[in-house]
Amino acid sequence: MTAGAVLAPLIEELRAAVGAEHVVTHEHQLRTYESDGLLQYAVTPGAVVLPASTGEVQAVVRACHRAGVPFVARGAGSGLSGGALPVEDGVLIALSRMRRILEVDLDNQRVIVEPGVTNIAVSQAVAPDHFYPPDPSSQIVCTIGGNVAENSGGAHCFKYGFTTNYVTGLELVLPDGELVRLGGKGVDPPGLDLLGAFVGSEGTLGVATRIWLRIVPKPESVRTLVAFFGSPVQAGEVVSEIVSGGIVPGAIEMMDNLSIRAAEGYTNAGYPTDAGAALVVELDGSEAECEARFEQVVAICEDAGADSIRVAQDEAERELIWQARKAAFAAMGRIAPNYYVQDSVIPRTRLAEVLGRIEELGREYGLQVANVFHAGDGNLHPLVCYDGSNPGEAERAEECAGEIVRACVEAGGSITGEHGVGVDKKRYMPEMFSDADLGTFQRLRCAFDPEQRSNPGKVMPTPRLCGEVPGPYRRHPLEQAGVAERF
Amino acid sequence: MDLAAALARSEGTVRVRGAGTKRAWTRGEPDVELSTEGLDEIVEHNVGDLTAVLGAGVPLARAQGKFAEAGQMLALDPPDGGATIGGVVAANDSGPLRSRYGGARDLVVGMRIALADGTVAKSGGKVIKNVAGYDLAKLFVGSFGQLGAILEVSVRLHPLPPATATAVARSDDPDALGRAALALSHARFEQMGLDARWEDGAGVVMARFGGATAVAQAEAAQRLLGDAEIVEDDDAVWEAQRAAQRSPSGLVVKVSALQTDLPQLLRIARDHGATLVGRAALGLHWLRHDEGDHMALVEALRGRWAAAVLDRPADLEVDRDGRVDPGARMLAERVKERFDPSGRLI
Repeated sequence: MTAGAVLAPLIEELRAAVGAEHVVTHEHQLRTYESDGLLQYAVTPGAVVLPASTGEVQAVVRACHRAGVPFVARGAGSGLSGGALPVEDGVLIALSRMRRILEVDLDNQRVIVEPGVTNIAVSQAVAPDHFYPPDPSSQIVCTIGGNVAENSGGAHCFKYGFTTNYVTGLELVLPDGELVRLGGKGVDPPGLDLLGAFVGSEGTLGVATRIWLRIVPKPESVRTLVAFFGSPVQAGEVVSEIVSGGIVPGAIEMMDNLSIRAAEGYTNAGYPTDAGAALVVELDGSEAECEARFEQVVAICEDAGADSIRVAQDEAERELIWQARKAAFAAMGRIAPNYYVQDSVIPRTRLAEVLGRIEELGREYGLQVANVFHAGDGNLHPLVCYDGSNPGEAERAEECAGEIVRACVEAGGSITGEHGVGVDKKRYMPEMFSDADLGTFQRLRCAFDPEQRSNPGKVMPTPRLCGEVPGPYRRHPLEQAGVAERF
Repeated sequence: MDLAAALARSEGTVRVRGAGTKRAWTRGEPDVELSTEGLDEIVEHNVGDLTAVLGAGVPLARAQGKFAEAGQMLALDPPDGGATIGGVVAANDSGPLRSRYGGARDLVVGMRIALADGTVAKSGGKVIKNVAGYDLAKLFVGSFGQLGAILEVSVRLHPLPPATATAVARSDDPDALGRAALALSHARFEQMGLDARWEDGAGVVMARFGGATAVAQAEAAQRLLGDAEIVEDDDAVWEAQRAAQRSPSGLVVKVSALQTDLPQLLRIARDHGATLVGRAALGLHWLRHDEGDHMALVEALRGRWAAAVLDRPADLEVDRDGRVDPGARMLAERVKERFDPSGRLI
C-alpha cells in the first residue's frame, strides 16, 4: 500500500478541519518541507497541513491521534538540528498561518502571540521603548513557536537569558488533542512548573498555540567595540578578565582568523584579515554605568596587547561590526562548499585547551575548522569545512565534528547550547546522559505523550516505550479527607 | 548517608526535608521523614566560570559566604533562617534579587535527583547555556519534593556589585505608589531590585542600583520620582523586605499578580491590616497577616489572583495552591504518576 493510501482517510479529515487549500499532498509541494535549516537531513512527509487557529490545530492533532499517525510541528524551518524534520507517512503541521500578535500590554510588559509570529516582530511591536531579548541570528525569519520548542538563545543571552526566561504562559495542544493552559501573564503560578519543562522540549510534548512573553525596557545606552588579537586563546583571556572584573557584557562574541576572512570577504566590515581573533564586546545599561565599564573594557583589551581596537562611533558603525559576526555562517561558502556546524558548550575557563584540541582534530582529519562563538557563555560554533563532491569528505567532516563534541563534553560542557538535539545530535546524548538520566527524561515524555506521536525520533538516542503506569494511582488518605492535595 | 538508597528502602509516605524552615508550607504528615543534612558539601565553585555545584543540604548562607570571598553571589536571597539550597529550590523561595536575576528556575542550570524508587538521574549540566535533554530542573523547582528528592544543584553565579544605593519614595496613597512603581519598571534603568512595601497605613516604593556608579543611577531614579530619598548604606532596608516574607505565627500569602494590580493589592493590605512586600516589576507579592481573620484575606486575594498560602498558624486548614487551571492540574497529575507511581512522596 502506498503512503497516500494509508493516510487517505486522515487527509480527508484534515481537509475538513482546515480547508482543502491548506492541506498539501502533492509530491513536489511536499518536498518544500522535507528539511529544516539543516539540509543534511530530508524526509518527505505524508501530508502538510496549515492550520490558522488553536481550534484547527486541535482538530488536526485529534485526527492524527485517532488515526495513530505521528505529527511534527514546524515554524519557519530555520532550526539547525533537524528538529522539524518530518516523519515519513506522518503529518507536518506548519504554523506559518498563525502569525497574529494577539495583545501588546506595555503597562504589564507582556505580549501574547501565536506561534508563527517571527522573533523580530515581537521586538518591533514593542519598540521604541521595549525589546524582546532572545535574539537568535535567524531572528528575521525564525518564529516564537520554534524558539519555544528549542529554547533559543542568541548573542545577548549571556546577560539577558534564553527563551525560557521570557515565556510566562503557554496554551498547548497535547498530543491527544487536549487543550491546556499553563501560566499566563503572571509569574510563579502555584503548582508544578510544567511550562518550564515544555520550553526546549523540541516539539516532543505537544504544540504551543499561544505564547505569553515578557518584554523589558531598552537599555539607556549601548557601547560596542571590536578588538583584534593574535589568537583566540589571547582573546579568550580577555573575556575572562572582563567577566572576572565583575562586568556582564550584553554580548561578547569571538571569531577566529578563518571566520574573519570569510566574513570580511562577504561584508567588507573592515576587519583586518590577518587578525588571529576578533572580539566583539557590547555593553548596555544605564549611561553612567555603561561609560564607566566601557573604559574598563578598553583598558583590559589594551593591557592584553590588542593589535587594534575599534569603537563604534554611531549606530551605523555598530551595525557594521555586528554584520561581520552575523554573516559568519553564511559567508563560510567562500572558504568551502559545505560545512558542518556544531553547537557545543564548554566552561569558559577551558577555552584554550579545547581550542587546542579542535586545531589538533582539524589537522588529524585534514579539514579546516573555523570558530565563531558566544564567548561569554562558552558556546562554540565550530564550522567543519568540507567539499561534499570529494568522496568520503562529508563523512570525515561529520566524524571530526563528533570528536569536537566529545572534547567539549569531556571538558564539562554540553553537546548543544542553543540549536537543540533534534535528529542531528541525539547520537551524542549518551556522551552526556546515563541510561538512568534518559529513562527519567522519558517519564516526562510519557506523561505528555504516552503514544509518542509528537515529533517522534527526536532528542532521545534510542526509541523507548512508555508502558503503563504501574498499579492504580492511589489517593493518599489525607487527600481523600480533603486536607492535602497533590499536584 | 545515601539519600537515594534510603528513599528506595523507605516504606509508606515520605518527605525529604532540609533545615525545616518552611514546614508550614507543606501539607499532611508523612510516615517517614528523610533529611538532606548529609549532602552538605560545596562540591564545586568554579570562580572563573561563575558556576557552582552544591549538595542539597548546604545552608544557603554558607554557600553565599564562600562565593562572596571571590566577589560573587548566587542571586537568590529569600529570607534566610538557616534554609538549605535544596529547600529553597524545592519551595521556589526567592527575595528582592529576583527582579533582576530571576528566580531559582532561572539560576539553577542542572540538578541531580533521586526518584522514589532510588533511581538517581541528572538533567542539565554545569554550564550556563545548555539545551540538551528535557529541563527537568525547572520541573523540580517548586515541586516540594513531590516528584523526587533533590540531591545536588548546579547554579550560575553573578558578580557582587562593588557598591549599591537605593532610591526610596514614600506615600500613603496606593495609586501614587502604583504610578511610581510603573514609572521605575518602565524606565531605562538597570535595577537590582524594585520593591513595594505597605505597612501600618503607609507605603514605599524602592529601587536598588548596583555597580561602579550606583549612586549616580539612584539619583536618576530620584529625578524620575520627583520626591525620593537616597539610601547609600541600604542593606538593612532590603533585609527588612526579606524578613516581611515570613510570619512566625501568622499567615503569609504569595500572590502572582500583574504590575498594574499594585494599587489594588495595597488597598487589600490596608483594609485587612496586612503587611505587603513584593517585587513590583514582577507582580509577585507576599502579604503577611500576623493576626485577624486570615481566611477573609485569603479569599479576597484568591478572588482575583493565583495565591499560595505559605506560612500559616498550625490550626488554619487551607490548601496551599488554591485553584489551578484544570488542564494544568490534570497534566501535573500525569507527571506525578510517571515520576512517583506509588504516590509515596508527599
